[in-house]
Amino acid sequence: MAAQELTPTAYVGHHLTNRTISLGEGPFWTLHLDTLVTSVLLGVVGFGFMWWVVRGATSGVPGRRQAFVELLVEFVDDQVKGIFHGNRSFITPLALTVFVWVLLMNAMDFLPIDIMAWLYENIFHQHNWKGVPTADVNTTFALALSVWTLMIFYGVKVKGAGGWLHEIFCAPFGVKPLWLAPLLLVFNLLFNLVEYVSKPLSHSLRLYGNMYAGEIIFMLLGMWAATGLAGTVLGAILGAGWAIFHILIVVLQAFIFMVLTIVYLSMAHESH
Amino acid sequence: MNINLTLLSQAATFAIFIWFTAKFVWPFLMRAIEARQKHIADGLAAAERGRQDLELAAQRTAEMLREARNQAQDALAQADKRAAQIIDEAKNTARAEGERLLAGAKAEIDQEIARAREMLRTQVAMLAVAGAEQILKREVDAKAHADLLASVQAQL
Repeated sequence: MAAQELTPTAYVGHHLTNRTISLGEGPFWTLHLDTLVTSVLLGVVGFGFMWWVVRGATSGVPGRRQAFVELLVEFVDDQVKGIFHGNRSFITPLALTVFVWVLLMNAMDFLPIDIMAWLYENIFHQHNWKGVPTADVNTTFALALSVWTLMIFYGVKVKGAGGWLHEIFCAPFGVKPLWLAPLLLVFNLLFNLVEYVSKPLSHSLRLYGNMYAGEIIFMLLGMWAATGLAGTVLGAILGAGWAIFHILIVVLQAFIFMVLTIVYLSMAHESH
Repeated sequence: MNINLTLLSQAATFAIFIWFTAKFVWPFLMRAIEARQKHIADGLAAAERGRQDLELAAQRTAEMLREARNQAQDALAQADKRAAQIIDEAKNTARAEGERLLAGAKAEIDQEIARAREMLRTQVAMLAVAGAEQILKREVDAKAHADLLASVQAQL
């Protein structure tokens, strides 16, 4: 690495390569160690913190920490209340998990990439360590597909297997008039298939795209440093501006991801 | 953008975190929040009850005040009446006493008059006897003419 000449391609490539370990034959059986470890650590810290606070929760006047967690939970619960009408004892914890975890993973984008890369390289001896788990499409797909699975699970659970299948074939166009029924069945099925495919795709790629693009812009701004001192200063100023704007994106994307999770699950609970 | 085992591992991690949140974070906090909500609701209800009690007490106070005022007025009226009565009684007693005294005085005067008249009569009788004695120039037996004298005396 040190002997290699540092071209922009190499720089960007270096920051966009995951730390992988191979667990078997073929490209599928590799694991992005960076994504997994970072996300697990963030989750453990985030949910561990909440658990720690909540364990000593008082019904009296809450302390600052408890008030913070309550604020967070009630914010999420309010969102769920607004969208989903029913028993929230699973949906709200799910939405809370999504929001907190995605927010923490997105927030890793704030850490300056080159300093973090140096830390990973020289302190933890990990080459090619990508710090933002949500800029890895595996993470966003994993989340979106989990939600998708839950969506189907609840669809079947609430409407029954028959009701769910009925909805797939008979909604949204219906089956009347009867002489058109075979055609309508096909159209309904196609329509629902598109919906079922597009939901997880848009759900996951929206988050992934935003975080990935955010990373790339940080890298491009970082490359100003190659043009000399003035470029470094300019790059730093632009980087700061982007980072400030990125605060909005990070929170907004986490929020959108959570709201879509709630919306999909509440749609699964409602029949057409 | 290569899909690999990371997806499954992330999904598993996600599932674990959902389970953890649903099992260990959410119920504890909800219990605390619900308990607090109940607390607050109880407090509000108690405040409402207190307010009603206050209103009731104010009502009762006003009623009692009104009653007391009425009673005081009654007592005053009664006292006035009693005073008037006493005055009337006193007047009547005084009048009766005055009349009685007047009657007494009149009776005494009448008695005095009668006694004076009696005395006068006796003296006139004596004068008449003395006059008759002098007219007759002799001593008349008082006993022999007592009847005559008594009839003269009665005529006077």
